[in-house]
Amino acid sequence: MDTEKYIASGILELYVAGILSEVENLDIARYAAEYPEIQNEIKAIEAAVLALTKAAAPKEGAQIHLAKVKAKIAAAEAPKVITLQPEKTNWSAYIGWAASILLAVGLFWMYTQNDTLKSNLDNSTQVNSALEEKIEEAKTSLEKTEELLSTIRDKNIQVVALGGQAVDPNSYAKAYWNKSEQKVFIDAQGLPEPPDGMVYQVWSLKLNPLTPTSMGLLEDFITDDTKVFALNNPNESEAFGITLEPAGGSETPNLEQLYTLGVVSS
Amino acid sequence: MELEELVEKFRMKDAKAFEKLYSMYADNICGVIFNIVKNTDIAQEICQDVFVKAWNNSESYNISKGRFFTWMLNIARNAAIDEVRSKSHKNSKQNLSSDFFVNILEDKNDLNAQVDTIGIKSLLTNLKEKCVQIIDLLYFKGYTQKEAAEELEIPIGTVKTRNRSCIAQIRGNIAI
Repeated sequence: MDTEKYIASGILELYVAGILSEVENLDIARYAAEYPEIQNEIKAIEAAVLALTKAAAPKEGAQIHLAKVKAKIAAAEAPKVITLQPEKTNWSAYIGWAASILLAVGLFWMYTQNDTLKSNLDNSTQVNSALEEKIEEAKTSLEKTEELLSTIRDKNIQVVALGGQAVDPNSYAKAYWNKSEQKVFIDAQGLPEPPDGMVYQVWSLKLNPLTPTSMGLLEDFITDDTKVFALNNPNESEAFGITLEPAGGSETPNLEQLYTLGVVSS
Repeated sequence: MELEELVEKFRMKDAKAFEKLYSMYADNICGVIFNIVKNTDIAQEICQDVFVKAWNNSESYNISKGRFFTWMLNIARNAAIDEVRSKSHKNSKQNLSSDFFVNILEDKNDLNAQVDTIGIKSLLTNLKEKCVQIIDLLYFKGYTQKEAAEELEIPIGTVKTRNRSCIAQIRGNIAI
């Protein structure tokens, strides 16, 4: 290395000024260690800059302020002693975190609880309304039964037992006839369920000669729980008969499908 | 004690080494800061802070930062420039004219009480205006070569050579 040329380049002056890169600084430090002339040049340049900068210092100089510097260092280090308490602050931080986690978990739990309660409440409301409907139904059905009972017990009622005929000897029915109100209640409990497309038809009969008059159909036989049907009967009936007819009923009874028959006792 | 040894002890937080280094460089560092902030009290305050900072970051010094003095010089300039750029300082509206450090040196000449200070007059003997400018920018204000070249409107290569010849003059004046 041509140290003389290197020194003459003026780079060492910039090195002392502190405006070179760290890489350049490292290079120069290495050269300085290797070449004493470079090391000496650096020291000479630094001496000149030291003389210049020292001359620029405030008149009172800086030496008297060493105590202040030490005090500032001590003051800056003092908080470090206090920072031995970080455990305390850490504790409160931990407690804070724990509390917030607990709160979050608690909130979540309460939220789910609330949800469950809500759906429970919904279910209860549904059950309630279902129960209310049932009670309502029961009331209605009770009223019907009572009405039916009072009707049947009416003193004007004439009871006619309708016995089973050849088609189905086991079948039976009862007719409750209120002559004054021209109404007949047919209790068809003893009839088998009609097959699809067929319906029971009730006939008022005159016996001499045999004249059947349709009183009506036992509609919705299967779904009617009480199996009691109210029909109008303005006729002077001498007997009642029930036949199985095609849906919609017939003009005249199909006597081959006569299920029950009963004569009104006079 | 050799400087290298002193600096190494300082890096290990040796208070005695720190005090020694302070006595060696405090005036220089304060001089640089004073030249930038132009207020004795503020300069003293920043100067103290710079040494506190150096102590707190002593282990961060290594040879990649240059000479120990150069490292301190950089900390000092940065602190002083931060102060100048701060809101409170801008109110004073003082400019950073390059002839300022010369003014300081000349002002101090008559009343200089410090015995070991080299005579200012002799230090600046025959120093041309363009030398004062370039030394002020590179050493007192920390301009890079490129910034100095732009400021002085000279080729970047000239910065290095001109600076060398200017420093050489001062070295010659010291030797006298």
